[in-house]
Amino acid sequence: MNVQHEFQHRHYAHCESGVVTSLLSHQGLSLSEPMVFGLAGGLTFAYLPFIKINGMPLLSYRMYPRSIIGGIQRRLGVKFQSKTYRSQAEAMAELDRFIASGRAVGLQTSAYWLPYFPPEMRFQFNMHNLIVFGKENGEFLVSDPVADHVVRILPEDLQKARFAKGTMAPHGYLYYPTVVPAAIDLKKTIPLAIRKTVNMMLHAPLIFGLRGIFFMADRIENLQGRKDIRYIKLFLGHIVRMQEEIGTGGGGFRFMYAAFLQEAADVLQSQALREASLKMTDAGDQWRQFALACAKAIKNREGAIDLAAIAGLLRTCGNVEKEVYLLLKKMA
Amino acid sequence: MKVHEIPQDNIRTLGGYRKLLYAIDENGHYTGAPTTGWEVEEIVLLDALEDYDRKAEEARHKVLKKQSSPIEYFMYMRRMDLITLAQAMGLFRWQVKRHLKPGVFRKLDAARLQQYADLFRVPLATLTRFEEEI
Repeated sequence: MNVQHEFQHRHYAHCESGVVTSLLSHQGLSLSEPMVFGLAGGLTFAYLPFIKINGMPLLSYRMYPRSIIGGIQRRLGVKFQSKTYRSQAEAMAELDRFIASGRAVGLQTSAYWLPYFPPEMRFQFNMHNLIVFGKENGEFLVSDPVADHVVRILPEDLQKARFAKGTMAPHGYLYYPTVVPAAIDLKKTIPLAIRKTVNMMLHAPLIFGLRGIFFMADRIENLQGRKDIRYIKLFLGHIVRMQEEIGTGGGGFRFMYAAFLQEAADVLQSQALREASLKMTDAGDQWRQFALACAKAIKNREGAIDLAAIAGLLRTCGNVEKEVYLLLKKMA
Repeated sequence: MKVHEIPQDNIRTLGGYRKLLYAIDENGHYTGAPTTGWEVEEIVLLDALEDYDRKAEEARHKVLKKQSSPIEYFMYMRRMDLITLAQAMGLFRWQVKRHLKPGVFRKLDAARLQQYADLFRVPLATLTRFEEEI
């Protein structure tokens, strides 16, 4: 079977917002990735010390997986059909039928099983999203939003990637838009989306939002007494790796949100939003400074690590972000 | 971050891919722009990978001294810990822990061994004839 349909591959910063943006634009609703990310309320911060990934606490700079698909449906009146499968054979057969009928679909996959990923990136990470849009010479044509060109994958590899076990196992999760409005009222939806993100960042308890950022800063500072330099370095490295997770530019999705705020400012003709966008850019730059300091500490083979200084940089990130949210709160 | 400030450090952990990120162009507008990676990402990723390599090497010695099973070696080679491996296998942690004992490992049935080999992306013989293969 050779099926190749018109599908415009585009390069995006992040997998889930990229897949959603791409599928919507394929259906005729053209929005930017930052707009999709912002409207879906994709920005967050969370530090979950009780959930461990390879011995390290789970932390996130964006909302949990599948939340962009969910958020965009709530905000835009878009409808996605989505399903998981019990039978792997049925999941692959149905994928073939979708492709044959000319439908591009989003899939949740595990990075561990994607042969086109760089070997260094093939971790047990079950939350990678991609689009399959065709089949040629026995291989699926994949529009992976974080890759700069179209890639290919053998059905048996894709099957393994769709049915990896573990945390957030995909179970063959497949989705595509069924209802896409021709036009949407951004003027109405943008303030709602911003309000939700602002409330969460300002008022979420303990380990979420701004409190989560300051909590993590305390955690870093508390490592001061630990003899185990190896652990300290791995811990700092883990934070930075989560922050850099594909295409954030070191800003933990802050630059993407700043881009959203700028676009929102144009739509709403709002000076306050323009100011907030600049401030958020500032926050992203602060996050980069923090990441740089962590990397330097890791590279430094001798000498003590100044954890208080690193924690201080992190608190600066939190403080700058706080100004953004207070600014947004006033206008929303 | 301005577009001209985007790092282009050609890091090898990106495997030749370019990433997209959002930065401000000369007119003050946000735009998507490609990057070949930032050194900082490479440093932290390689540091984490080094740690797995070190643990794999320790495990290899333990296997040769009959203190552990090849499963421990490949677990670290494939960047997993006990919990991650157990989840990826669909087993309990204590079950995988048992499989790390050389005596228990020797008695594992072929289907279970094959399941491990598939997960580790190695031929079955690499697991069963570890001493000759590794």
